[in-house]
Amino acid sequence: MTSSLLFNVTTLAYMASMIAFFAFLASKNKSLGLAGSVIAYGGLIIQTAAIALRWKESYDLGVGHAPLSNLYESVVFFSWTIILIFAFIDLKYKYRIIGAFVVPFALLGMAWAQLGLSTGIEPLVPALQSNWLLYHVVTCFLGYAAFAVACGISIMYLIKATHEEGNTTGSAGGIMSMFPPIKVLDDLNYRAIMIGFPLLTLGIITGAAWANYAWGTYWSWDPKETWSLIVWFVYAAFLHARFTRGWVGKRAAWLSIIGFAATIFCYLGVNLFLSGLHSYGK
Amino acid sequence: MATTERNFVHTVWDFFCSLKLTIFLLISLALSSIIGTVLPQGQLPPEYLAQISPVKLQIYSKLGFFDMYHSWWFIALLYIFSLNLISCSIKRLPHVIKFITEPTLVLGETMRNTFTLKKEIAFSTPIDAGQEKLAAFLGKEFAAPVISEHSGEYHLFSQKSAWSRLGVYVVHLSILVIFVGAIIGSLFGYKGFVTIVEGSSISSVEARNGKQIPLGFDLRCDQFSVAFYNTGAPKEFKSILTVLENGQPIKDFTNVRVVVNDPLTYKGITFYQSSYGQATEGGEHYFTMTPRTGGNTERFALRDGDAVTFKDGTTFKLLEATPEVRQFMPEFSGPAARVEVTIKGKSPQTFIVLKNYPEINAQRGDELTYNYEGSNAKMYTGLQVAKDPGVWIVWVGCTLMIVGIFVAFFMSHKRVWVIVSKGHARMYGNASKNQAGFQMQFEELAEKFTNLKI
Repeated sequence: MTSSLLFNVTTLAYMASMIAFFAFLASKNKSLGLAGSVIAYGGLIIQTAAIALRWKESYDLGVGHAPLSNLYESVVFFSWTIILIFAFIDLKYKYRIIGAFVVPFALLGMAWAQLGLSTGIEPLVPALQSNWLLYHVVTCFLGYAAFAVACGISIMYLIKATHEEGNTTGSAGGIMSMFPPIKVLDDLNYRAIMIGFPLLTLGIITGAAWANYAWGTYWSWDPKETWSLIVWFVYAAFLHARFTRGWVGKRAAWLSIIGFAATIFCYLGVNLFLSGLHSYGK
Repeated sequence: MATTERNFVHTVWDFFCSLKLTIFLLISLALSSIIGTVLPQGQLPPEYLAQISPVKLQIYSKLGFFDMYHSWWFIALLYIFSLNLISCSIKRLPHVIKFITEPTLVLGETMRNTFTLKKEIAFSTPIDAGQEKLAAFLGKEFAAPVISEHSGEYHLFSQKSAWSRLGVYVVHLSILVIFVGAIIGSLFGYKGFVTIVEGSSISSVEARNGKQIPLGFDLRCDQFSVAFYNTGAPKEFKSILTVLENGQPIKDFTNVRVVVNDPLTYKGITFYQSSYGQATEGGEHYFTMTPRTGGNTERFALRDGDAVTFKDGTTFKLLEATPEVRQFMPEFSGPAARVEVTIKGKSPQTFIVLKNYPEINAQRGDELTYNYEGSNAKMYTGLQVAKDPGVWIVWVGCTLMIVGIFVAFFMSHKRVWVIVSKGHARMYGNASKNQAGFQMQFEELAEKFTNLKI
């Protein structure tokens, strides 16, 4: 058994989970919703095993390091964290349908990683040979994943809110009746960001600590650093917006979506369009 | 006149205290920060200067876009942001502290009605005995209560983590602490760079602003080396450094191994492995030439870019050399040189001559075979140098921020009141955050409350 095989199984599991959630949405059959969650958790367990196995495989190759060192490994880890945060929110707040808007993010990541990225295990370049790599990457990606979940919830919020505006009779029928009430969605959005924001803060601080240890500057306005700060500003604005009249509801949902767009740019866009210290090798 | 002045002061004060300003500043900082990630910062590369129009260049320079994060307007935004933080805290903190130190011990009628969490029980024992039992109950199950008597009733008040209301102010303070650390670092510290050729030492470094800064001691590079993985990817950049004072090596700072991610710190100044290269002085490369048909092997020395012409008219030019070829040709290791050989009357050929593989060199079919014997060239190591006396303040700020965010997000001020009247008692609960979580706790408490034997 290889980690590569297990990652393929994971991808299929997330696809099956997504289909189950969509079917749940269309049919309102609760057992389909349960199936969506269970398959996603199964995928999470398999993916956990796959990541552990890849870690071991790197040691077998004599270049042992945590599987967080290149774009492929980071995308796989991102998918893992998205399902992990989804599992947390699902088990804690029991609004299963959110899976239909969150699992696709994880599936997208896995599919891109498995089909479009080079999967080889490479030795660590000197710049990454540090324990800080683990702390920095884990905190950042858990934060990113919470923002992904918040973005999924915000999309649901906007769909539901728009629908309710157009349909003042209040008898929301069809698919809309499957969505949690907008108040609940607004609250869940806030809770997801409450998970993500401290983690992003920790991610930025561990990054600064590492930079200071390795280069002697904790902050150098490198594009990646700057974009992580931009993301931090957007979510800080979100958190303050909740206490300001006129900024709750739709505007908060939009801020959450913009925040996730900035997160994705920070993660991928900076590497594709700008130059800097975080190059994922090549 | 006085009133308009006061009005004006009030307006300014309200402006700096407003949450709308906070949101505006956060979004402005986010948007403006993008500029510096899109436009080149600092020294502009010539390719960029060639493609930008002079008008644009002038406008961008005027606006400070090429050193954006230090431009007057960006710094001004940060100052207004700090003022906003301070004003908000000054405005709200006294209320919060009053709320914590002077809690509502007696729960009035109107407040009671606003609470959703409530429970009522009846009991037959006299009110004083009931009050004592309930106080003991609260103390055991929640927190020791403060008891007040009010118009024939007893009000028992207990609270948990009242100080958690301060979490958000700790976060605000932490940002200011980080700013202070950064300012101290920029005033009293410096960032610099220095290169040291193997075997030599330096006593000063060049700061970013071009100034030479004396270190107060000498730093010698004993050796520099690079190791590569089999794939040709770099594995380790290593300098062996020695600190000298008055020409004498310092114990514990002799032959220190400095690699990327493992710097050397001496007297508050830290040296980080950053770059390397081949020193130009003494850079002679040695080659041999042997005619295939027999004849004497000829040994000669060349510098980068130099050429030699042999008796038969063949020209041999050294283009470049490396002490480790693995990074370019993973299947080989050791020193190698890239050379250009022009046989008389033919076009020039470029190829690699290896030191450790003479048999490979001989595989070339030409009349003359060449070997590379290595070089007396020395390596130099490039070190980033930093002194930052403000950095520990920044870490204090970061720690405060993490603690503050944790408290602000995940802890809440929980309050429980029990009003004991003749024959019955009513319990009320309220939490500053996460009502849903507190509701469960309250319901558990309420169940015990109901089952209480008074």
